[in-house]
Amino acid sequence: MEYTGAEIFVKSLLKQGADLIFGYPGGVVLPIYDELFKTPKLRHILVRHEQGAVHMADGFARANGKPGVALVTSGPGATNTVTGIATANMDSIPIVVFTGQVPTGLIGNDAFQEADIIGITRPCVKHSYLVRDVKDLASTIAEAFYIATTGRPGPVVVDLPKDVLLAKTKFEYPETVELRSYRPTTSANKRQIDKLAAALEEAKRPVLYVGGGMILTNAAAELKKLAHTIQAPVTMTLMGLGSFPSLDDLCLGMLGMHGTYRANMAVTHTDLIVALGARFDDRVTGKLDEFAPNAKVAHVDVDPTAISKNVPTHIPVVGDLKDAMKKLNAVIAESKVDWKTKHKPWLAQIDEWKHANKLEYVKKTNVIKPQFVVEEIDRVTGGDAIFTTEVGQNQMWAAQYLTLKRPRTFLTSGGLGTMGYGFPAAIGAQAAFPDKVVIDIAGDGSIQMNIQELGTAVQQRLPVIVVILNNGFLGMVRQWQQLFHGNRYAYTCMESQPDFVKLAEAYGALGIRATKPEEVGPALEKAIAARRPTIIDFVVDREENVYPMVPAGSPLNKMLLA
Amino acid sequence: MRHTISVLVENKFGVLARISGLFSGRGFNIESLSVAPTLDLTTSRMTIITRGDDAIIEQVTKQLNKLIDVIKVIDFSDEDFIERGIVLVKVNSEPNNRAEILRMTEIFRGKVVDVSTKTYTIEVTGAEAKVSAFVEMIKPLGIIEIARSGKIAMSRGKKTLG
Ligand SMILES: Cc1ncc(C[n+]2csc(CCOP(=O)(O)OP(=O)(O)O)c2C)c(N)n1
Ligand SMILES: [Mg+2]
Repeated sequence: MEYTGAEIFVKSLLKQGADLIFGYPGGVVLPIYDELFKTPKLRHILVRHEQGAVHMADGFARANGKPGVALVTSGPGATNTVTGIATANMDSIPIVVFTGQVPTGLIGNDAFQEADIIGITRPCVKHSYLVRDVKDLASTIAEAFYIATTGRPGPVVVDLPKDVLLAKTKFEYPETVELRSYRPTTSANKRQIDKLAAALEEAKRPVLYVGGGMILTNAAAELKKLAHTIQAPVTMTLMGLGSFPSLDDLCLGMLGMHGTYRANMAVTHTDLIVALGARFDDRVTGKLDEFAPNAKVAHVDVDPTAISKNVPTHIPVVGDLKDAMKKLNAVIAESKVDWKTKHKPWLAQIDEWKHANKLEYVKKTNVIKPQFVVEEIDRVTGGDAIFTTEVGQNQMWAAQYLTLKRPRTFLTSGGLGTMGYGFPAAIGAQAAFPDKVVIDIAGDGSIQMNIQELGTAVQQRLPVIVVILNNGFLGMVRQWQQLFHGNRYAYTCMESQPDFVKLAEAYGALGIRATKPEEVGPALEKAIAARRPTIIDFVVDREENVYPMVPAGSPLNKMLLA
Repeated sequence: MRHTISVLVENKFGVLARISGLFSGRGFNIESLSVAPTLDLTTSRMTIITRGDDAIIEQVTKQLNKLIDVIKVIDFSDEDFIERGIVLVKVNSEPNNRAEILRMTEIFRGKVVDVSTKTYTIEVTGAEAKVSAFVEMIKPLGIIEIARSGKIAMSRGKKTLG
């Protein structure tokens, strides 16, 4: 029996186990929408803007580990996905984005709603396909999911010309995918693991520096085991948050530009830094030549290009992080070292740093401090929620003050720093886990970048809570202007703001405003109890800054503390 | 340092754009590039001449390998290899310089591949240094046009790319 490309598309997704699409229709993808109409098994969430669809697919993937799927039309539908794709690419998130394309015969003719989306997205995808023959469609979809989810994950774009969706062929979905040109190294080399274990045995002041790879590979249990066995402190990047419990005695918190004092001091003084699924981003290292100046560097990563890219590596380990962690734990289990005694002076030093400069802010009774809102979120939820963030001060306070217990509970745009990410990502996460509490910690600027998705949340009855830390500024940029540009607040104040409560109500969501510290907890409780899309507008201290801060280009131990 | 890198790729739509985009997007230098299908028409072989210190070349080869359509990458800098390029040079042929043009062509084991009343067109193939030397020698005689290929390369002995 023969099927149209559109039918094959739907069948392939179901075969793939992808039963949720975030999408937006248009002319060239109409054949697919017609099939979706007939296939209720394959759920479709209608978004309000294609960027939202991609962030939702991304949030869905980050929250539950399965690849996210977005579907959009050609031309403007496709170009609207670019920021979402670049965001997923920077953070290695497995998503597959299907874009409609004009019929193959018209490609290159400046046809109506034609855009060379393969060309436009080439630098920000893991891979992409233009399907030119319906016979290749099923195998291409299988390859797209395979590539998106294996090795270092990432976004894959599949461009679907309309004639391919209408043409007919047999349906055969490949059981497995084999590509001669793509065989990611998944097994970590045992000799390198032995070297790493030996280095750990020798080190006096080791630090485990953990990135998003730990979450992508679901290796948090192995991390806990390693850290506890060898009694080594753990610091995380923004992307790594959640992979090690914030309240564990060995947890140093986040490192880098807005990292904790103890994390940055520990990294500056360590003699062995073990990077686990992290990539030495400039926001993490500060001034590169003075980063971990006395340290041997070990680096475990599935992507060889990440190793020795920014920091020369003494012990490279290429392979799947979970596999490497298991092997490392097995070798460590044989070790005769008395780790506790060996690391006692180091942990004592870290404890001193911990008490010397804690994360702190000046508490006030007449005005809401943004940090206080995050602390209250933490208290009210007991950390039992999925958090997303926007970008800016809101993101950094969320990273600093939430006490996370589990991986996949803190979803944030780390690499690209995309304002407007958090809200659609929260909708995606909520779609994956309808019963969980999902909270987007937002800024007043960022939330306006994808506020239209309120319509999506209301239509789908997804009870996402948006907490706006409303400082009436593009706060993080204002902070830089205050600190490094002589207080010249050029175009960082949005003097005209919508009334977020009325805006929520206009969309059919719940709107709450709080202006006093004592209102914060009750507002959050009310929102959580409501189980419907909610915006809480917390009017916060306008010129609060995020500290500690390592000015861009400074070494990590040169932190501004207040 | 200058490196000669050969890359075996899937002969697929857009693969050249992926490779050249990688170089421009990451700020890698690309001096010359040549591409053609191999015996197996599903693959193409590219030869890329690039420049950079060891750390950069390490990134170049790793990043090339990371592209999904790349099957294999060889950096020839550490081994003995054969390299060839070709140049076509169109020169003014005046009665007083024809003998000199022919003499140069012979020294470089080139060929005159086209003749008109006013011009000679010469083909020279060989290692890059030889081709460059020929161009330098012929320059004073009046080059009208030049077309030079990117380099191609191959390991000596048994070793192969594909
Ligand atoms: C799409 C996008 N545009 C611009 C920026 C640059 N930027 C980084 S933080 C920031 C301010 C964000 O303001 P807001 O959302 O109110 O957060 P706040 O810092 O005030 O908490 C800006 C403009 C960005 N990260 N993303
Ligand atoms: Mg703000």
